[in-house]
Amino acid sequence: MFTRRALLLLAAQTGVMGTLAHHLYQMQVVHGDELKEQARRNRTSRRQIAPARGEIYDRCGVLLAGNRPNWRALIMTEETTDLQAVVDRFATIVPLDDRDRARIEHDRKHIHRYVPLTLKEFLSWDDVARLGLNAPTLPGVLIDVGTTREYPFKDLLSHIIGYVAPPNETDVQRDGIMALPGMKVGRAGVEQTQESHLRGQPGTVEMEVNAHGRVMGELERVEGQPGARLELTLDSALQTRIRERIGERVASAVVMDCRNGEVMGLVSTPSFDPTLFDGGISRTQWNSLITDQRTPLVDKAVSGLYPPGSTFKPAVALAALKAHAITPSDRFSCPGYYDMGGVRFHCWSRYGHGSINLHQALKYSCDVYFYQVARRCGMEAIHEAAAFLGLDGKLPIELPHMRAGSVPTPEMRRRHGHHWNGGDTVNAGIGQGLVQTTPLALATYVSRLATGRFVQPHLLRSVSGQGIAPVLDPLPFAKEALAAARGGMFAVVNEPQGTAPAARLSLPGVQMAGKTGSAQVRNVPRALRESGHFNSMNLPWQYRPHALFICFAPYDNPRYAVSVVVEHGNAGATEAAPLAAQIMTDTLIRDPASRTSLSRGVVARADGLDD
Amino acid sequence: MPLKDFTVPRTARRLLRAEPNLRMFSRLWQINWFFVLLVCCLAGVGYVALYSAGGGRAEAFAQPQLIRFCFGLLMMLGVALASPRVLRMLSVPIYGLSILLLVLVLKMGHVGKGAERWINLGGFQFQPSEFAKIALVLMLSTWFYRIGRDRMGNPLRLIIPALLTLLPVVLVLKEPNLGTATIVGVIGASLFFAAGMRWWQIIILVAPLPFLGPFIYNHLHDYQKARIDTFLHPEHDPLGAGYNILQSRIALGAGGRWGQGYLHGTQGQLSFLPEKQTDFIFTMIGEEWGYVGGVAVIGLLFLILLSSMLIALRCRNRFGRLVGLGIAMDFFLYCVVNLSMVMGVIPVGGVPLPLISYGGSAMLTMMFGFGLLLSSWVHRDDPD
Repeated sequence: MFTRRALLLLAAQTGVMGTLAHHLYQMQVVHGDELKEQARRNRTSRRQIAPARGEIYDRCGVLLAGNRPNWRALIMTEETTDLQAVVDRFATIVPLDDRDRARIEHDRKHIHRYVPLTLKEFLSWDDVARLGLNAPTLPGVLIDVGTTREYPFKDLLSHIIGYVAPPNETDVQRDGIMALPGMKVGRAGVEQTQESHLRGQPGTVEMEVNAHGRVMGELERVEGQPGARLELTLDSALQTRIRERIGERVASAVVMDCRNGEVMGLVSTPSFDPTLFDGGISRTQWNSLITDQRTPLVDKAVSGLYPPGSTFKPAVALAALKAHAITPSDRFSCPGYYDMGGVRFHCWSRYGHGSINLHQALKYSCDVYFYQVARRCGMEAIHEAAAFLGLDGKLPIELPHMRAGSVPTPEMRRRHGHHWNGGDTVNAGIGQGLVQTTPLALATYVSRLATGRFVQPHLLRSVSGQGIAPVLDPLPFAKEALAAARGGMFAVVNEPQGTAPAARLSLPGVQMAGKTGSAQVRNVPRALRESGHFNSMNLPWQYRPHALFICFAPYDNPRYAVSVVVEHGNAGATEAAPLAAQIMTDTLIRDPASRTSLSRGVVARADGLDD
Repeated sequence: MPLKDFTVPRTARRLLRAEPNLRMFSRLWQINWFFVLLVCCLAGVGYVALYSAGGGRAEAFAQPQLIRFCFGLLMMLGVALASPRVLRMLSVPIYGLSILLLVLVLKMGHVGKGAERWINLGGFQFQPSEFAKIALVLMLSTWFYRIGRDRMGNPLRLIIPALLTLLPVVLVLKEPNLGTATIVGVIGASLFFAAGMRWWQIIILVAPLPFLGPFIYNHLHDYQKARIDTFLHPEHDPLGAGYNILQSRIALGAGGRWGQGYLHGTQGQLSFLPEKQTDFIFTMIGEEWGYVGGVAVIGLLFLILLSSMLIALRCRNRFGRLVGLGIAMDFFLYCVVNLSMVMGVIPVGGVPLPLISYGGSAMLTMMFGFGLLLSSWVHRDDPD
């Protein structure tokens, strides 16, 4: 009986073993090939490699944004038994601050075991050498090279170039490439708007990997396409000069080539260091940036909205001339004030300007004249002209935070549920009240006024060497109207009793036309004004009017347009006009064409002014 | 008996004709050296495979395992010389010790992969559940030897051995190690079967089993349920729980008919295979040596199984037969559970491939078991 049962068991055992052998045959021989293919896919890993980000140059070929190798120390956590001890020993060789330690602690908990942990970035060559020397005492530590974005001009161009930062989750969802290690996303300025040009195409590398993803060898490599080389219209040297001219003032200035809209200088002060963001910004640094009253993070040249003040008057003149509401020789009288509907609107001059025509009104910057012109031609005509001149609506500049100027009509205001007073039209006549614009729009406006063409401001000169040709349609203003406005602006600077004699250029044979402006940031009480003792210089800084100046030169053959806004600079004539004249002088001297037309001595003298 | 002296050549057989009271030296002659040779071959396969699993280095796994094997070999030969009478006397303390160890491991064992399996015995890790299998074989064989075949028909006589079987099964289940508990249970059952349990008793016991399935599933631990789910749908979680099964399947397939070559299996050498030196050693063998090598190893395993079963069949006394059959069953179940698990036929559970997988307790207990088997061979002609 035992024998029978044992043989029964043996038969069952034989059957089971046979079945297993058969199963093995099925797996290895019958389905072997498909599984073999899976094994091949297992051991090779096609990895994309981050392309080098495109470099940015100025119009003279000076590097504005490039890539610098970033030496960093990583640690393979699975190769160290006591991470804390190694980190402590590392800290004796290369100091780690509390932030580094907190980040290491955070990464240790959140990063996958086989992904190396970053100990310290931006190592100096000395650090790398010292770590190499101490390598035996630092198991698992390795030195790796990545790239970091480099901005040689730091805060000088931070508003324009912007900065890059590691991609966030939304970026990764939008484009899987962003998940590649070392990828950066433009977060402001040209870095942001030209992201598609700058990013490039990732390469691929096929590697033999083990189960932990550790690379055992490289099988094949296809280099990616680096990002496009961008050339901007900026002149970094001019930019530097403008910045020096502005000094400590909270101001913005735009220099534009009026013939084609190339923005050669775009300065907003104060500014910030863009490299702070790539390397990670600390909380205190960030707080000090965002709480600063002078708003260093805001690019005032494109996103600062200011009432244009008197700089708006040439636009009102063009609107009235286009609407045939006035002729250049029509005279209006200015007794120093203008009454409408029981409200008294003052001229800046208490004593009035008497009976004056358009040329005189621009020269003296008479408010009463423009109150009446504005009433006569109406807000719709002013809005239309302002829109043609680039003062209303967005401009096609390659910057992300561009804000649109606005010159609203009563209709537009009503559509948004607001009320329109007759006084609003009157105020708009002198660029106050509801009229708002940016320094960039002012420069565009001057360029268009000076050339009579639809000049479009732009910063991008070429992408990978491919130039961008501007399209310049003529403006729908009569030649005579433009000439009258330009003539008035010429008088402001060059004729006796013009409001901005300080803006006269000291270069022989080059004359500049301009217009001053002062934009109130707060109403002046009537009693105070009528007392005769009002002086805005006595106000606290943040309540003083903004000082504005717009100009173009040379007058007879307009080449450059400049707009300057000095925040709380009080008066355009004294604060903004001399600054604009200096900037214009710098610009003209930098112009290769004017170097030959101006004599050497003059250039030397102009340079001497800089000291 | 037609299967008489199947392994020893005719001349040697005459020379070694068993005498009832042999002295130590002559008993050594009586050992089935062919079987010892097979065991050494299997250990040799293990050495070669572990050398590869260690990335081409002997120090990693192969060397320590070889030392354990040598120790185990000495133990096996020592046990082989022990007389059945002594073994029967020791069966109760051995059984008691194994139960004590199982209780200890529940109280203070080391947790490994969700199950309490290890106990630290003065510096080395020990799995009491491995030892429990051998102890149970010895205990049940002794018990059935004492009650004899004729009294097997009395159900009351079977209550105590049933309890003796259930006790380690329950304790191992508690660890919780479902795989080993099942093996212990099946070994016990096969001894009941071989000892002469009546068919009607078997039918009464086996018939309700299919209805217990869902009940057992409900009482499984979460990790065990997850294991079954993963087994049924490994592709649901290819990087998590299903990883082992998928990678193992891929590795075996990649081996193909002739294998990728010794030390050249990409799955194994690039660490895609988890636990390639322990439970999944056969995958590595299959990948590097192909179907040819895999079947050769299965063949060797079968040869050892066959020899064990024939030793049990050849034995003339009830105790030796039952011990031999129990050990053969133990070895068979190890092989089958491990191979099916590696091939993805049954859910993964921590069962090593005997004498090939890296690990001390499994190797030593298996060698102890082989010692018992050889002992029943040496005393094959002892009367009941």
